[in-house]
Amino acid sequence: MMRPLVTLAVFIGLWWAVSAYGGIPPYMLPSPQAVGAALWTQRDYLAANAAVTLAEIGLGLAGGALLGAIAALAVAASPILQRWLLPVLVLSQAIPVFALAPLAVLWLGFGLASKVAMAMLVIFFPVTANFLDGLRRTEPGWLDLARTMNAKPVFVLLRLRLPAALPALASGLRVAAAVAPIGAILGEWVGASSGLGYVMLNANARIQPDLMFAALVLLMAIAIGLYVAVDKALRRLLRWAPGG
Amino acid sequence: MSPPGIVIEGLGLRYAGESIFENLSLTLPAGQFSVLLGPSGVGKTSLLRVIAGLEPPGSGSVHAEDGAPLAGRIAYMAQQDLLLPWADALGNVMLGASLRGVGRDADRAAALLERVGLGHRMRALPATLSGGERQRVALARTLYEDRPVVLMDEPFSALDAISRARIQELAAEVLQGRTVLLITHDPMEACRLGHHLWVLAGSPAALAPPLAVPGLPPRAPDDEAVLHLQGELLRRLAALSPA
Repeated sequence: MMRPLVTLAVFIGLWWAVSAYGGIPPYMLPSPQAVGAALWTQRDYLAANAAVTLAEIGLGLAGGALLGAIAALAVAASPILQRWLLPVLVLSQAIPVFALAPLAVLWLGFGLASKVAMAMLVIFFPVTANFLDGLRRTEPGWLDLARTMNAKPVFVLLRLRLPAALPALASGLRVAAAVAPIGAILGEWVGASSGLGYVMLNANARIQPDLMFAALVLLMAIAIGLYVAVDKALRRLLRWAPGG
Repeated sequence: MSPPGIVIEGLGLRYAGESIFENLSLTLPAGQFSVLLGPSGVGKTSLLRVIAGLEPPGSGSVHAEDGAPLAGRIAYMAQQDLLLPWADALGNVMLGASLRGVGRDADRAAALLERVGLGHRMRALPATLSGGERQRVALARTLYEDRPVVLMDEPFSALDAISRARIQELAAEVLQGRTVLLITHDPMEACRLGHHLWVLAGSPAALAPPLAVPGLPPRAPDDEAVLHLQGELLRRLAALSPA
């Protein structure tokens, strides 16, 4: 608990020293005090926009994780799907998500939907890939045992391979929690009327670096908080898994 | 159902171009404990897997003496306990029912755990059990399947001497009357539990004529016949192992 606080204090100290004595003009690097002041005076405006971004990330995470898990299960359950869907999934990763952001806004509008879609897009693949990997690596001894027990394939998938792959799914969800904000902010940059990404673009255009940095600080807090929350929840749920 | 004897006829198996065994024949007597010994890597586990139907025989056949198919009449206990880490002892015992999608009989599972001496640990997760306790759960899971034929691949080899001696007695008691094939490295285990002992050796592997052990299993570890035969087995196995 102490170490992150010390790291944070050292970081802010360095930031302060560079802004005070580094000869960098405040419109390029505002001081920590100025950013703190912006955080306080603009708290209502920032909180309202942070809530929008948080909703985009949360919905994107839930939707992307659900879709990713379903895709992985479908591919694991059916060799035909594996042959047809897997190459498409891998190929889809070759398209840069950045290039899709304008399309998402064009098709889904300036509101929540396009940002949620972008977050889902970046989350989907790590969840699918990790979960599928887990589903394919079931302990062979368990599968032998299941065969001698005359197990039905559907129950082997749902009651043996799926729970055994949950730690792998958890790894995918941790990555997803870390990258989810990227999708949401990207969507906001391309076209939005609210959200922290929108605040940053606006503040930048109006030469309000303190406000821009304040939004960035909030965004980092959201990203870290989300990761820690997901990590804690997964560890609690998967207490049986070594190293959870 | 009365347990069938198992007839293995002219069995051959190749792995990666190398012949593991050729033209192997033996009959596992109905309702008795047969024990298979032999040096590591000689093909004991392969033989067991072929009998269990987990691997197809290269040539030859495995069938039940009564002519009915063997599939669905075999329970299998591996070297590892293969307990599911997320399920408690009770859930692990009923694994077969879960995987077949039929109703789980918790009362029967509880009674079996009681029988293997784990009545007080029914809700325990495998990680909280000792190695001996885990193999007891695996034994209860095998019994829950209630199959007339039981194949065991060194299930007790990782246990300490005391736990092993206890679970051997338990296994002999609860598996009585079934057709059992036990693979082991331990001559003492073989002599305590087996009605008949086979030694598999050579490349391709062949069977020496079986040794019959006098008296009924489980025999006491200091039983005269056990001690004598154990010495004899050790000599045979040592002669087969490269120095």
